[in-house]
Amino acid sequence: MRANTWAGRNRVEVRDVPDPTILNSRDAIVRVTSTAICGSDLHLVDGYVPTMQDGDVMGHEFMGEVVEVGSGVDPSRLRVGDRVVVPFPIACGACAACTAELYSCCENSNPNAGIAEKMFGHPVAGIFGYSHLTGGFAGGQAQYARVPFADVGPLKIESELSDEQVLFLSDILPTGYMGAEMCDIQPGDVVAVWGAGPVGQLAMDSARLLGAAEVIAIDREPYRLRMAEEAGHTVVDFEEVDVRSRLLELTGGRGPDKCIDAVGLEATHGSTPIGAYDRIKQAVRSETDRPHALRQAILSCRSGGVVSVIGVYGGLIDKFPAGAWMNRSITLRTGQCHVQRYMEPLLRLIEQGELDPTRVITHTLPLEQAPYGFEIFKNKREDCEKVVLKP
Amino acid sequence: MELTATTTIRRPARDVYAFWRRLENLPTFMCHLDEVRVTGERTSHWTASAPFDRTVEWDAEITDEVPEEFVGWRSTGDADVPNAGRVRFAPAPDGVSMEVHVVLVYDIPGGPLGKAVARYFGEEPHQQLDDDLRRLKQVLETGEVVRSDGAPWGKRARKEFPQRPAQPLSAEEVEELAKEARA
Ligand SMILES: NC(=O)c1ccc[n+]([C@@H]2O[C@H](COP(=O)([O-])OP(=O)(O)OC[C@H]3O[C@@H](n4cnc5c(N)ncnc54)[C@H](O)[C@@H]3O)[C@@H](O)[C@H]2O)c1
Ligand SMILES: [Zn+2]
Ligand SMILES: [Zn+2]
Repeated sequence: MRANTWAGRNRVEVRDVPDPTILNSRDAIVRVTSTAICGSDLHLVDGYVPTMQDGDVMGHEFMGEVVEVGSGVDPSRLRVGDRVVVPFPIACGACAACTAELYSCCENSNPNAGIAEKMFGHPVAGIFGYSHLTGGFAGGQAQYARVPFADVGPLKIESELSDEQVLFLSDILPTGYMGAEMCDIQPGDVVAVWGAGPVGQLAMDSARLLGAAEVIAIDREPYRLRMAEEAGHTVVDFEEVDVRSRLLELTGGRGPDKCIDAVGLEATHGSTPIGAYDRIKQAVRSETDRPHALRQAILSCRSGGVVSVIGVYGGLIDKFPAGAWMNRSITLRTGQCHVQRYMEPLLRLIEQGELDPTRVITHTLPLEQAPYGFEIFKNKREDCEKVVLKP
Repeated sequence: MELTATTTIRRPARDVYAFWRRLENLPTFMCHLDEVRVTGERTSHWTASAPFDRTVEWDAEITDEVPEEFVGWRSTGDADVPNAGRVRFAPAPDGVSMEVHVVLVYDIPGGPLGKAVARYFGEEPHQQLDDDLRRLKQVLETGEVVRSDGAPWGKRARKEFPQRPAQPLSAEEVEELAKEARA
């Protein structure tokens, strides 16, 4: 089959690879009908996630048709012919984490847990197409994908919704929603979202749905800010203004009640000296992550507020504003999304027209053009917000 | 050399104990074991291979046990690497899981075999046992050892780094895996 693969830093390549087979009895094989490129994939391409190898099949956002199931898959849960969206964390459904609905912390789905434990202190779940640290699972930017624990994760789509309407249930919609849910939004809350990428946009929509009085989008890409504005959110261009001052202005000096970091470890910081500091330290790998958005969120949030982090961090950060966080009673909440927890309720909201994740799609390309899709998404060319690939 | 490791498994004591006490099950998750053959009510014959560059075999006996609480064993006769082990099962505070505490003691000989054993266990010898217990947990909680494309070989995972790429296995590799499963 054809698959988009990692080919070293800043290179992806569509290659011929073997077709997947059943390796565990609870596996299914899915013929991929739609898949997407995610901001998380950029961290891999940019070389910030260790243990990627040449030839790794990329992609963790995909859906399609079940073409084969292992002997251990309960037919009442999943059968050949079912149309499914596959959540990006691989979860067994039986361990203590899964039982507590903390699926992205599944204790059993990562065969390289020992290596992940060295890096993170405790292991993390397996993730499709996301380095050997998270298991070394082939991803979904391919014609076919093997889905372990197929009786736990995949969501059956039985209505007539298009692929585009439901594909993002695999990751960015639940992620954006979890980012907003972690804010514990109260009536009258102002919620600021750093990053107007696809995840940020869906966090903004979710925050409004959960009752925010006002949602503020922070980014520097004019077309991304425009997209947020068109969806009814207030915008702040961090290249044009000092973000903290502008947020204070917009909130009568209080600061946003809740802040969401939808940027992660590759944040840019205009041209200030602190930006250069992080860039240099990251380049020589003495600091692995550039946490501008996170720092700014903590410094801007009102006292007693919540900073909800869905942008991905992988390693260590410097100059964490511990004083602001501690003295002002700020709650920090975070996690890789526990996608399985949100898929069904969010599917209902899509069916009811309460959420329309298709608004972030700007490009639909054949799988063969994945390298081009990565290029425009990464470099913010052609007003690219979200790329859907068709194998 | 004494190795200890512990894990928590969401299964009743009865199941965890029964699985461990059926000593033939140990090689399904313990990296260095090839085979354990039960030879009597308390006696068994153990074979370990790949890691030592040669096959090492020994007889063992259960020294003491209380069902659902603990099992102790040790090698008998003149084993190449005299060893003993003990596993203890204790209810976790959540009321549904069992804590599994394992201690293995190896009497590492001098000479080339001792060197090979030391090299095999490497600088962080406890890791191997940690991985063994992770697989035990996988088997008991999910039914089998979890395989990925990068780490399809189950017990061999940690030894192979860098791994094969995270892309589907070739027909030959699938055949090799099937052969291992049959063995
Ligand atoms: N927690 C999870 O489960 C989960 C799931 C999916 C994605 N993510 C992460 O969410 C983040 C966003 O994903 P995406 O697909 O939207 O990526 P993206 O790269 O398209 O979006 C990031 C946006 O942040 C903006 N940005 C950069 N520096 C900034 C700063 N200092 N302040 C404000 N905005 C800044 C960029 O201009 C860009 O528009 C990534 O880190 C991704 O890995 C997390
Ligand atoms: Zn994603
Ligand atoms: Zn689990």
